[in-house]
Amino acid sequence: MVPLSYYLILSGVLFGIGVIGVLISRNAIVIFMAIEVMLNAVSLALVAFSQQMGSPSGQVFVFLVMTIAAAEAAVGLAIIIVIHRSRESINVDEVNLMKW
Amino acid sequence: MFDYIILIPLFPLIGFLLNGLVGKKLGKSFVSWIGPGTVGLSFALALKLFLDLLSLPAEQRVIEQIAFPWVISGDLQVNIAFLLDPLSAVMMLVVCGVGFLIHVYSIGYMHEDPGYARYFSFLNLFEFSMLVLVLANNFLLMFLGWEGVGLCSYLLIGFWFEKKSAADAGKKAFIVNRIGDFGFMLGMILIFVTFGSLNFIEVFKVAPEYLQVGSGLAVAITLLLFAGAVGKSAQIPLYVWLPDAMEGPTPVSALIHAATMVTAGVYMVARCHVLYLLAPFSLSVVAVIGAITAFYAASIGLVQNDIKRVLAYSTISQIGYMFLACGVGAFAAGIFHLMTHAFFKALLFLGAGAVIHALAGEQDLRKMGGLKSYLPATFITFLIATLAISGIPLFSGFFSKDEILWKAYSQGNPILWLIGFMAAGFTAFYMFRLFFLTFYGKPQFDVHRAHPHEAPYSMRIPLIILGVLSAIGGYIGLPQSLGGKNWFEKFLAPVFAGETHLGSQVQSHFAEYFLMILSIAIAFIGLMVAFRFYVKNPAVAEKIKVKFRKTYQVLLNKYYLDEFYGKVLVQPFINLALFFWRFIDVEIVDGLANGSANFVGWCSKVFRKVQTGYFRNYALSLALGVVIILTYILLK
Repeated sequence: MVPLSYYLILSGVLFGIGVIGVLISRNAIVIFMAIEVMLNAVSLALVAFSQQMGSPSGQVFVFLVMTIAAAEAAVGLAIIIVIHRSRESINVDEVNLMKW
Repeated sequence: MFDYIILIPLFPLIGFLLNGLVGKKLGKSFVSWIGPGTVGLSFALALKLFLDLLSLPAEQRVIEQIAFPWVISGDLQVNIAFLLDPLSAVMMLVVCGVGFLIHVYSIGYMHEDPGYARYFSFLNLFEFSMLVLVLANNFLLMFLGWEGVGLCSYLLIGFWFEKKSAADAGKKAFIVNRIGDFGFMLGMILIFVTFGSLNFIEVFKVAPEYLQVGSGLAVAITLLLFAGAVGKSAQIPLYVWLPDAMEGPTPVSALIHAATMVTAGVYMVARCHVLYLLAPFSLSVVAVIGAITAFYAASIGLVQNDIKRVLAYSTISQIGYMFLACGVGAFAAGIFHLMTHAFFKALLFLGAGAVIHALAGEQDLRKMGGLKSYLPATFITFLIATLAISGIPLFSGFFSKDEILWKAYSQGNPILWLIGFMAAGFTAFYMFRLFFLTFYGKPQFDVHRAHPHEAPYSMRIPLIILGVLSAIGGYIGLPQSLGGKNWFEKFLAPVFAGETHLGSQVQSHFAEYFLMILSIAIAFIGLMVAFRFYVKNPAVAEKIKVKFRKTYQVLLNKYYLDEFYGKVLVQPFINLALFFWRFIDVEIVDGLANGSANFVGWCSKVFRKVQTGYFRNYALSLALGVVIILTYILLK
């Protein structure tokens, strides 16, 4: 049986990749995917804990996370499409009107 | 029988509301009925109440009517309640009667004025306030009336507010009166603290038990109240507003600034005579201020050239006489003079109004003259009033003024008498000077252009009625030495029960006759001098003017008191106000408010640089924040 720490390390690495992706990427789609990676890293950790403790509540949480991720994807993609329509670009550095 | 006392002030209040709210829409004839009509109703009712009062035995003539509670707060209980006794009955009759005549007169005088409805609504409001003042049964309600008449005085002095001098005069009257009213208010508070009540009857009943004769508290209360009287009744040192108040329409000068409002101070002192008798020092202050004012104002009146200003100074001087009477404890004599003065001074002002009306607004005595043949009715009535005020025997002013001078001598002291006596000579001189300059000599106006015309009937009839009253009004107070019964003093005697204990009563009539002859003599001397100066030989007056140029200048400029007040009081106050405005307000108060706003603005200018608009900056700070918080939690 795979020990819990393996799962957690994988989850941490995935989350770190997600964070770095959000921080360095300029493409809105890539940022979006990086966020999904972060969410899935968390889901992985939850499932691992659930398995370890023999309790289903972690898995229930994962379903919740997936639902939210789906909703977020719908809204986020819609925003990206609108931005793309008006600016012919999805570079987030060009979307900087809201500033001083 | 006396249930409807409240209606007396209520009628003019209704008149005020009607005239003020709908008078302009419903037109002049409506206003002309409502304005004088409501006051006439009050007068009829007042007469009825007066007769009812007379039918009661003398000792029962104190009627208190409580309409409804007004202020109830802790120990303080004040009712809207009215007190009818001989003193307030006299005042009520004077206020309603003279007020009604002047309302009628105003119909003619103000007919062309665009502010006709406004004028009558103010006049009605004044009548209401004045009746509240004289009928109130407690200090607070009296104060309400007191302030009400002050407000109406302000509104009516500044009636032609588009004229700057009128607006300024209104402000001056209001501000100077504030000084006195402040004293009244303090006195009222002191009365409540001392006696626990503001009701006249209760206060006066317990006053002799609470206060020792001559105690500091009694002196303080009475002097504070007297400060109010000095302001309202235009005595030294607060008289300066009254001459300027002549900017108002002439009937207003007659009603408010001669017959009724300015005598409110005398009424108040007479009403509080119980307190004053407990403070002999205050009484002597009242007497001295009265005597000095009588003399001082009369001396200014000698040389003034504006017909209304001469009368204004004359009013100040005559009120000085009333205070002199009160100050020597002869309250009934003071009220008697108040009443006769209301008749002849109202008549003088209304006569002056008729003259001004005839000459299309001319007020300068030097531009009148020879009006005798143009205005016969005005001439006759004016002559009666002049004779009355000068103290020529058989006319009303003679009896009342002589009563005062006699009381000043017998109960006060000879110096007070002497001051009053000289003022009487001045009075005769300036009144006949005014009279001769107006009605005798050659017309100084443009005869072909001016066309002086006699006033309409609405103005002439009040003149005639007041003329009759001025002539015979004195007989109700005919002194015993002249074979009369002094009915007036007897009528007021229940109110002023305490006064006879003051001073020694001289029983012999000899001194009284002697003084009487002296005052008659000085009145005639004043008359003759005026006749010589202004009718027979005008050159003499000019010569004397040149010879005593300095004195003349001082008198003409009213002893420079206005200038003195301006320099010593008004200018420093204006400077102080400017300091508060330009430094305290603009620099410090506004500075603090603007300073804090500027500080916040500066901060946001610095910190808004954080909002870069770059998505990745925000994400980074978010991540860093999470890291910092997690580190903190882990390390704890």
